[in-house]
Amino acid sequence: MSETPKRFWNEYQKEIADDHYFYERSQTFFPGSEAAFLKIMREELGKDIKDEANQHTCTGIGYHSDVVPIETTMTVVARLFSLMTEDGYENYVPSCVTSFGVFTEMVEMWKHDPALLEQARKYLKVATGREFELPKNIAHPSDIIFKFRNDLKPKMKYQLVNRFTGKPLRAVEHVGCHYAKIFPEKGVGKSEFPHVLSGMIEAWGGEVIDYPERRHCCGFGFRQYLVQENRGYSVANSKKKFESMEPYEPDFILTNCPGCGMFLDKWQYTISELEHKTYDKDGYGIPVLTYEELTGLLLGYDPWTLGLQLHQVQCETLMDKIGIAYNPDEKYKGVSGKVLAMPDKPTVLKV
Amino acid sequence: MRTIAIIGAGPAGIEAASVLAAMEETEVLLFEKSATTLDNLRDKAFLFPDFSSAADLVEIMEAKLDRDNIKLHLSTAITSVVSTSSATEAGGIMAWELQDASGVRYQADAVLVTTGYKVFDAHRKEELGYGIYPGVITSIDLEKKLKEGKILNAVGDTPKKIVFLQCVGSRDEKSGNHYCSKVCCVTAVKQAIEVRKMLPEVEAYVFYMDLRMWGGGFEEMYREAQEKYGVRFVRGRISEAASTFDGKIQIKSEDTLVGLPLKMSADLLVLMVGMEPSEGTKTLTHQCNCADAYGFATTVNPHLRDNETAQPGLYVAGSCKRPMSINDSLTDARSAALRIAEYLK
Repeated sequence: MSETPKRFWNEYQKEIADDHYFYERSQTFFPGSEAAFLKIMREELGKDIKDEANQHTCTGIGYHSDVVPIETTMTVVARLFSLMTEDGYENYVPSCVTSFGVFTEMVEMWKHDPALLEQARKYLKVATGREFELPKNIAHPSDIIFKFRNDLKPKMKYQLVNRFTGKPLRAVEHVGCHYAKIFPEKGVGKSEFPHVLSGMIEAWGGEVIDYPERRHCCGFGFRQYLVQENRGYSVANSKKKFESMEPYEPDFILTNCPGCGMFLDKWQYTISELEHKTYDKDGYGIPVLTYEELTGLLLGYDPWTLGLQLHQVQCETLMDKIGIAYNPDEKYKGVSGKVLAMPDKPTVLKV
Repeated sequence: MRTIAIIGAGPAGIEAASVLAAMEETEVLLFEKSATTLDNLRDKAFLFPDFSSAADLVEIMEAKLDRDNIKLHLSTAITSVVSTSSATEAGGIMAWELQDASGVRYQADAVLVTTGYKVFDAHRKEELGYGIYPGVITSIDLEKKLKEGKILNAVGDTPKKIVFLQCVGSRDEKSGNHYCSKVCCVTAVKQAIEVRKMLPEVEAYVFYMDLRMWGGGFEEMYREAQEKYGVRFVRGRISEAASTFDGKIQIKSEDTLVGLPLKMSADLLVLMVGMEPSEGTKTLTHQCNCADAYGFATTVNPHLRDNETAQPGLYVAGSCKRPMSINDSLTDARSAALRIAEYLK
């Protein structure tokens, strides 16, 4: 493995609560990820984490796209905090990176302008009759996995090592914008070289690739994809990243934002159909994993329970390199044991 | 016999020492924490605006110390400066006691602080890749290369394109330094000219917010850099630097004069690092209650009493007050020496 350059802020650590978390789900595009996270927290780490049934959106995409006014966002955030308060928790863990940004922003805003906090309390009370306390700690789930990465390592069945070559697998990490670009001090390693995902990759035997467009947008810029006519910009951003990472021959891409993962995955298919181009040597594309999926895979969880069959770029090439056992016949079976449906094959992208 | 303690043997400290030592019945104790004098100056190759040799100036400054009544204490860090009597007790003159890191005490009738600056640590601007990518260097690193007469890129080849970036650690909210470091603009112009003289084939770009050519001859240098040496000036900040697959440095910026984003690759990115108060400056200014928000020394009056602190007998000069060029530091040191002479008369 090449020597990792010393980075000034690498050692910067944020405060991450140890236990007793209130989990807020996201509109995740990889449905096995959140279930895997809860399983890892409860069964591997023995943590207390609340998965509240009455939760709802944080308004993040609407808020950042100026279709949801800030007063609404404040009140929605206040309601989610009221659920946390009613359940007796103080450590808030929003699944989505944009939710993490929204909650952090609201709390910071209220800290600097207490009148807005009072306004949020009033709106919530009038609308729902509820009250809330501010969380003592807000951490993204990737922060928590990062925090316990070395505790998880001995439990893992696999390491990020290519079993054919014995060399570390080479990974591109893409950290969602709202994780540390809004409030750098709220991210592990701060904003320029966040350490949250690279720390996991390195701890579990892999090697992190630094490439010129590492910080470029993944293509999930809200204004790029919300308006259908603008989606060319979204594809163009992803394409710029793929072209930049291609010479380094990454084995996989790791993300901590549901949107980043989705666009870096799905647009590979789109580009392959549009331009007959894939960004790996063999035509399968570069697998994209969420950090929950990666953790689950290395712990030995069944890839189809993790939902890897729902990815556009199929993950078998990566699993073969790691040596993960899987049953191809189970790939498209539902919980009933019957095959649900077989997807059409892409024109160019191999599966 | 009057004893004057000067803390810091850079240009300001040595210049003030030589002026004061020329007075009758005077002894100067000159303290320097390093093993050598003039450390920052020794790193430089040529000086603006006349491209004179820094080594020649070092030689001249060292010769100024060749007096019996200047006692130079090298490797002696002064950690404490306190007045031990009131002005009335000693006929209007305060008595001062200094203590070094090993506990040795020194007595003086007046103290001049010339503890100077330290260079901004470019690692703090992580987005610019210093310490991460070998092709990213600071203006201090380049000055050393100019002094050696050899400039190579990260893979040991002659560079084809060199980019300079102004205001690294100065006028910068993120690093917490809102002030201008004053010397970086003209230093970049000087270095770009030197690079073009040494390597006529190299393309040189300077990225700037605005160019502050405040000194005599500076504006002329800037014009000459463009007209005679073909240095290209781009008004824009660089937002990030990254290594390319072939070891070059990719930079992203905006050319704010044409209003377009800009991306280019260069062999070397030179960060024009600003000045911060040295650790010695910060320690003493806080101890003597004359620190500004950054730790530089404040004075009684910026117009008329710009070497005096609120404590009689305690003076400051040079870049411990604010970023200052070498020639301004020398002038400021002579001014401080005259003030001290008047005080001790």
